Amino acid sequence: MSAEDALKLKFAGAELTFSQFRDNHRIVVPAARLFEILAFLKNEQHFDMLAEVTAVDYLEYEGAKDRFGVVYVLVSTTSGERLIIKTFVNDPEPLLPSVYSLWKSADWLEREVYDMFGIRFSGHPDLRRILTPDEFTAYPLRKDYPLKGRGERHNFPVLTRAES
Amino acid sequence: MAMKDVPDNIFMTSLDAAASWARSNSLWPMPFATACCGIELMATASSRFDLARFGAEVMRFSPRQCDLMIVAGRVVMKMLPVLQRIWLQMPEPKWCISMGACACTGGVFDTYAVVQGVDRFIPVDLYVPGCPPRPEQLMAGIIALQDKIKHGGTLNGTEFGKRTQPTGPTPYDLDELIRIREANEKLISIN
Repeated sequence: MSAEDALKLKFAGAELTFSQFRDNHRIVVPAARLFEILAFLKNEQHFDMLAEVTAVDYLEYEGAKDRFGVVYVLVSTTSGERLIIKTFVNDPEPLLPSVYSLWKSADWLEREVYDMFGIRFSGHPDLRRILTPDEFTAYPLRKDYPLKGRGERHNFPVLTRAES
Repeated sequence: MAMKDVPDNIFMTSLDAAASWARSNSLWPMPFATACCGIELMATASSRFDLARFGAEVMRFSPRQCDLMIVAGRVVMKMLPVLQRIWLQMPEPKWCISMGACACTGGVFDTYAVVQGVDRFIPVDLYVPGCPPRPEQLMAGIIALQDKIKHGGTLNGTEFGKRTQPTGPTPYDLDELIRIREANEKLISIN
């Protein structure tokens, strides 16, 4: 039985949307049941590796109902299968459960999503910014953040030759 | 002492010129290589192009032992405090070459994270254009810098004291201010 069939049986009541493009198997799940679905895929199926956590900002996107989509790419190292799990969160407080307790690789991946999109993960052991400096206040991959920034790249002391 | 009494192996010069001659022929570069320009910088130092011919082959990774900073590659806002700190750690007299389009102007990376030219924040003596510049071009730059040191260099480095203005454009130029204002107005209208 494939992982998708197992999910259909186990979570019969949940709103799961299955789709496929070539060999990409995609499942959209409700955010409230995200953690138990991922825990099921890790513990009772064979998806023992979390390859990627990333997010998409759907602000002003045609036909989108939610602000952020968060994407988890799972890999099975025994069969080589990949599974893409997607869920949606919204402003003003985008919050998801951390999957650090399932896969240790979630540590930095979730920090990156937090840094770039401002989506918080409850239960994460060390949710700090990972790429931008600590004093940075914006979330630069959000669509309402200007490409050229709000002047952060110019906010440094100027050294002249006479004084250095 | 008449000129005819001076032996052939003695020449007369000023102390400034002698010091500048010695300094210009033993530049020790600090390779601040952050991107693909760094690969060309390494090629310049290696045997095919042989930077040693100009006395500048001693790449030191400690700023305390360097007198020529070569900024090779784009500098992001998280790296700029590091760059400034390394520049301040280098002993006088010191010079700076901004190598490649990104170090000079930000290049194609006109984004929130990339500093639009290191000359806005540290003093630059010489710009080497190119994306990335060929090793010959970097060597031409180093020869030009040697020339600059030989003409106008002083023993006490008094020529540096006159450079009280920043080398590059002001950090906030007019275009940037307009862009920031527009972005903030748009943000207010969304919220």
